[in-house]
Amino acid sequence: MSSLAASLPGSVGPRDLQRQLARAERRRKLRAFSLTLPLLVFLLLTFLVPIAALLKRAVENPEVADALPRTVAALQGWNREGSPAPAAFAALTADLGALPDSSDAGALARRLNSEVPGARSLVMNTFKALPLEGTSASTPAADMQARLLALDERWAEVKYWQAIAKNGSRWTADYLLASVDLRRDPQGRVERMEPGQRAFGRILARTFQISAVVTLWCLLLGYPLAYWLSTLSARQANVLMILVLVPFWTSILVRVAAWIVLLQSEGLVNHALIGLHLVQQPLALLFNRTGVIVSMVHILLPFMILPLYSVMKGVPGTYLRAAVSLGSAPLAAFFRVYVPQTYPGIGAGALLVFILSIGYYVTPALLGGADDQMLSYYIAQYTNVNVNWGMACALGALLLAATLVLYALYRRVTKSELSLG
Amino acid sequence: MIKSILATALAASLALPALAQQVTVVNFGGANANAQKKAFYEPFEKSGTKVVAVEYNGEQAKIKAMVETRKVTWDVVEVESPDVARGCDEGLFEKLDYARIGNKADFVPAAISDCGIGVFVWSTVMAYNGDRLKGTPTSWADFWDVKKFPGKRGLRKGARYNLEFALMAEGVKPADVYKLLATKEGAERAFKKLTELKPSIQWWEAGAQPPQFLVAGDVVMSTAYNGRIDAANREGKNLKITWTGGIYDLDYWVIPKGTPNKDAALKFIAFASTPDAQAEYARNIAYGPTNNKALAKLDAKVLGNLPTAPANAKDALQFNLKFWADQGEDLEKRFASWAAQ
Repeated sequence: MSSLAASLPGSVGPRDLQRQLARAERRRKLRAFSLTLPLLVFLLLTFLVPIAALLKRAVENPEVADALPRTVAALQGWNREGSPAPAAFAALTADLGALPDSSDAGALARRLNSEVPGARSLVMNTFKALPLEGTSASTPAADMQARLLALDERWAEVKYWQAIAKNGSRWTADYLLASVDLRRDPQGRVERMEPGQRAFGRILARTFQISAVVTLWCLLLGYPLAYWLSTLSARQANVLMILVLVPFWTSILVRVAAWIVLLQSEGLVNHALIGLHLVQQPLALLFNRTGVIVSMVHILLPFMILPLYSVMKGVPGTYLRAAVSLGSAPLAAFFRVYVPQTYPGIGAGALLVFILSIGYYVTPALLGGADDQMLSYYIAQYTNVNVNWGMACALGALLLAATLVLYALYRRVTKSELSLG
Repeated sequence: MIKSILATALAASLALPALAQQVTVVNFGGANANAQKKAFYEPFEKSGTKVVAVEYNGEQAKIKAMVETRKVTWDVVEVESPDVARGCDEGLFEKLDYARIGNKADFVPAAISDCGIGVFVWSTVMAYNGDRLKGTPTSWADFWDVKKFPGKRGLRKGARYNLEFALMAEGVKPADVYKLLATKEGAERAFKKLTELKPSIQWWEAGAQPPQFLVAGDVVMSTAYNGRIDAANREGKNLKITWTGGIYDLDYWVIPKGTPNKDAALKFIAFASTPDAQAEYARNIAYGPTNNKALAKLDAKVLGNLPTAPANAKDALQFNLKFWADQGEDLEKRFASWAAQ
């Protein structure tokens, strides 16, 4: 205020005023932006940086390049078919012998083993046997080759050398290729995996299929409920909304455990069905697809009901009444006049449920069989059991890409941003 | 007021490590953790070191993350055999100083390795409910015979053990199982045999599930960890074990590399490896001691339930750690592919 007062008298032209206004505007924007800064930093640190790290790890391949630089160089001219030159054997012995710590050999062994089963023991046995007695840096390469073959005859097999040559580069597309059932042959050409090793294509399809079924059921169950809630008075709707929200606030594990109690062969559901003489034998409702879908629908239903309800609340009842008074049958009026007005709610609810579904892990792991597991289960397996983080990250990237594609599709179809009401 | 509480809490948290030494021991939970508590943790605490027990599900990723970020909060971890060799190779574990633990010659040979010492011998076996099943299954061929024993079978979700059992169901001798499984045809044969049983399989994930399935009648037979079956029987159930063709293996103690309490960790491991502690453990759960001197302290009834009892070990197969370290990732991937078909 004071600065404005000070600059008022005399010489202020219209251009100066404009500039001052622009500056004030800029300052105001900056202040508003600085208020969102903590959130932006938070998002950057907890969301964007980890995703970037994940994507980086999915293409990182430092193990062979770090541990075996001389071997990789010696294999440069090799045609990757016949036995490699003796110089490669000598370089391998030199590289392995020069590794400072057994953990470097371990990382190398793990990387090569995920490419060629058996490489782990081959590398570790060789590493532990080094340095070979009576050899030195000046030992002729041909002698070195003979000594290495005498130590472990598997070094004569070309596949191990191919794996080393193929992974000489620090970056690799192998993990990403493997996540869509492709591989590079020894010459570097991309080809499909052999049938016994193709898994992720089908698992991804299964993930999508389960998610689609869950979304459909959520819509079928959630739509009438949301409609009914939207027609009630605010007081009644609030009471009933609590019934939707209480399970929503309960831990997923508790709800999964409750479904085990309900659905098992001696459980409440089967007892009721047998008591009513609807079935003779208890139905298999658990540890198969049925159990997974029942439980996932239950857990995800609120994510469908809430956006639907908030959209339906904003739909005026007058259009429907007008359609009926103009002679439309009530049902036709509902589907042709009312339902189209709730499309944003359907779109938001379906997208939310679908995207949450494709990342599901705990529920299928506890309630499903071996053929009901979704992609996240295998991400967890590669992270925890195989400790192959490159592969886990590649599968994570695949899931991320699938989600982004879906979201892009959604925007194209509805031509709008995701609105939650 | 709040300030003074905070100050006290801060002082307490700073002073705690100085007051009492403590060691964090990580186990697999369940009946096994209870037995460890009685046999290892509580008696060890009498020496003045507090034991903090933590449960996990074998995730080596957690140890790897701790070691790589140099923030190791676990001092002693129980790990399965394939992870001992792998973690040792990759530098996740400390090398053990056996001079401080005991005489190597007292232990079963498989218990001694560079980074880990065997805690107990356990077995994956065929189990059934004695009150429900008519007849006695005596081999894996019986397990696969859905005509003779109609009903569902429980199998662990994954390739490990199931492939061995499938080959034994084909009539392969235990001694030849791993030789055959290492070949392409052998692995193919095992998966083919699993396909035969696929419609009758109910998969389990956690060791506590098979006894539950058997008691509830969800399955007529299941593979199971023998200690879990024993624990259910201690609660009055009548579950039975067929030891023929069981696969026995060891769990190991390891020390994650870089723990600040290495000294206390070694003391704990040394204590848990003494004949007395080992015998007490076997009395609480039917897993066999790795210290041979513990056997003399056990009576015939306890001994008869252990996987190490001569009658039980006679037709059993020792888990081949080297084979699974090399082939595990490949076979598990094949299993995922097989399950998706």
